[in-house]
Amino acid sequence: MATIAVLAFVVAILVVLCAMLSSGAAPEKHLTVYSVAANYSLPLVQREGRDYVGLLEILEPLGKVNARADGSRWRLRYYREEVDFQSGKSQCRIQGRQTAFPGKFLLEGDRGLVPVAALNLLLPKILGGPVSVHEDSERLFIGNIATHFTASLAAGNPPRLVFNFTAPVNPSVSTEPGSLRLAFTRDPLVAPASPTLTFGSKAIPSATYSEGNGIAVVVVNSNVPVMASFSNDGKTITISQTAQAVAQGAAPATPTPAAPGSAAAPAQAPASSGATPANRRYFAVVDASHGGDDRGETLSNSLLEKDVTVALAHALRQELESRGITTLVLRDSDANLAVDQRAVFANADHAAIYIALHASSSGHGVRVYTALLPFGDEDRGPFRSWATAQHAALPLSQSAATAVAGELQKRQIPVRTLAAPLRPLNNIAGAAIGLEVSPVGADLAQLSAPDYQQLVTSAVATAVTAARDQLGAAP
Amino acid sequence: MSDDPIRVAPYIPRHLVIAFAVMLAAAITLFSYAVRMRNDVTGSPVTANDTRPLAPPVAGPTESVTLFVAHDEDGSLHAEAAQIPMPSGRQQRAEELLSTLLSMYLDKNSPHVLGSGAEIRSVFLIDPGEAVIDVNSAFADTHRSGVLVEELTVASLIHTVSVNTPGIQKVKILVDGKERDTLAGHADLSSFYDVTAVNQLAAQLQPGQ
Repeated sequence: MATIAVLAFVVAILVVLCAMLSSGAAPEKHLTVYSVAANYSLPLVQREGRDYVGLLEILEPLGKVNARADGSRWRLRYYREEVDFQSGKSQCRIQGRQTAFPGKFLLEGDRGLVPVAALNLLLPKILGGPVSVHEDSERLFIGNIATHFTASLAAGNPPRLVFNFTAPVNPSVSTEPGSLRLAFTRDPLVAPASPTLTFGSKAIPSATYSEGNGIAVVVVNSNVPVMASFSNDGKTITISQTAQAVAQGAAPATPTPAAPGSAAAPAQAPASSGATPANRRYFAVVDASHGGDDRGETLSNSLLEKDVTVALAHALRQELESRGITTLVLRDSDANLAVDQRAVFANADHAAIYIALHASSSGHGVRVYTALLPFGDEDRGPFRSWATAQHAALPLSQSAATAVAGELQKRQIPVRTLAAPLRPLNNIAGAAIGLEVSPVGADLAQLSAPDYQQLVTSAVATAVTAARDQLGAAP
Repeated sequence: MSDDPIRVAPYIPRHLVIAFAVMLAAAITLFSYAVRMRNDVTGSPVTANDTRPLAPPVAGPTESVTLFVAHDEDGSLHAEAAQIPMPSGRQQRAEELLSTLLSMYLDKNSPHVLGSGAEIRSVFLIDPGEAVIDVNSAFADTHRSGVLVEELTVASLIHTVSVNTPGIQKVKILVDGKERDTLAGHADLSSFYDVTAVNQLAAQLQPGQ
């Protein structure tokens, strides 16, 4: 029994030592391989002060390969190419021809290791095609598969930085104060002509490219909060200011009769509207649905739903603000904006009412929608279910929809109120309605006619103004 | 004095020997069981590629059912009685209902046109009270875009199934067996539909409402 106790003690000591060694070890280095067949990552080992990698592991995903150790010799066959290595030598025979390379070939068991620096010489002869090794950043490009990119500042206010890539990319995006980081772990992105790009913009002054440990990174430096949106099937990334940043920048210039910085006390508001949350910057959030790649309905050859909704949103903002209702338009240009982001903006602002705008060629007049809530998903403690966040505010939304429908009827516009499975209405925590505007008659051109847009939006604005007390008092 | 070398008996406790023997026996048993299972699987015919119909085509006595048919002209759902041959299985009945409904939409005089090639792939009824309607990609890809026009399709499918198949509480719509965000840019397909809420919507969509 004493022997067992001693053995157990020794094993325990060894386990503790291994744990201490592993916790203190440097992070494992990897070589990222990009090829037409696959993109993959392989561990690197340090031998004789150099980075080494298993040659068989590199070739296995690319095609038919096998290797055999015979004493100090190691023979590899890739399709018809035969390569003969000898352990400790810095030469090998490829199809019988002598080839020298930096460093030495190492044989560890049956595993043949070659220096990363030797790949530039060995792989083109084995694979029969171009190979590029970025040794410092541990990246290996097999074939002409590099993805290039350009970055330019798009005209407009606020400015947008547009990255165009030669192939779809899928970076992970992270933000921290003063920068937005795009990390390309699986994309064969290569450096632009200069690693530092400057744009002459105060909001987004520059971007830098770097690569290391198998990853390419683009860091966008900004002086305002920014976000990234993807379009063009992943070949375009647009960096733009967040709605919050836009709002902060635009607020002083917004022509509104409301008291500065206070949506709680618009010029015409009665004193009873003091229950409005203090952190509400805008009373109404108007959402021009669709945008960017999401065109919505193709209303005619020259008319897209996403364009009509922007025009309607501008008209509605004008009507609301002329009545003292502070208004934020969520999508002011042809940009991609996910439905979740739209809901986040509206909820973060604690807007009294969220109005989503749609346009349609079918039907006549206007449909006013409230959320058709999905099944289940109950709130948990203080956390509200995202799918049914609208639940508590649904009666208020229905009341607002009825008020809007009443005003539209007064203007002889055919109108219906319906529930609809239309996101993000169900994700909005406050009052939320959706409008689907169709022409009154058969002429689709009416949708883009300013007088019809003004007729519809003035009715909506009048109804919202009339319900201001009720909406503004909501938590 | 003997010339025999001194032999030290190896000191392995009896209970460790027994434990090792038991574990070895268990490993051998499990290995042989795994080999047998593997042979059973590889030896059985591959059913995934079996395209033979699982059930014979529906025939026999017809039954009266109510279909809720979308009409684009007035943006409403019309309750229409139909006599169709119905199989006995609950799931097959639901599939037959929706196939009949779809054949109306694919007709040249359809009141609510769907794109050609639109099909109901299958309907799954999962107890308790859960239904999954799987449509093909042509159904969604060729569907017209718009809140009302998409909502009419969704309400028509769900209300027809739920009214004729008691007990269903929630319905999910898949496209080619996969979840999709929307039908054609508007109607949400990412969540389960609440049948009670859809019944209320169907009431709102009655003609003349």
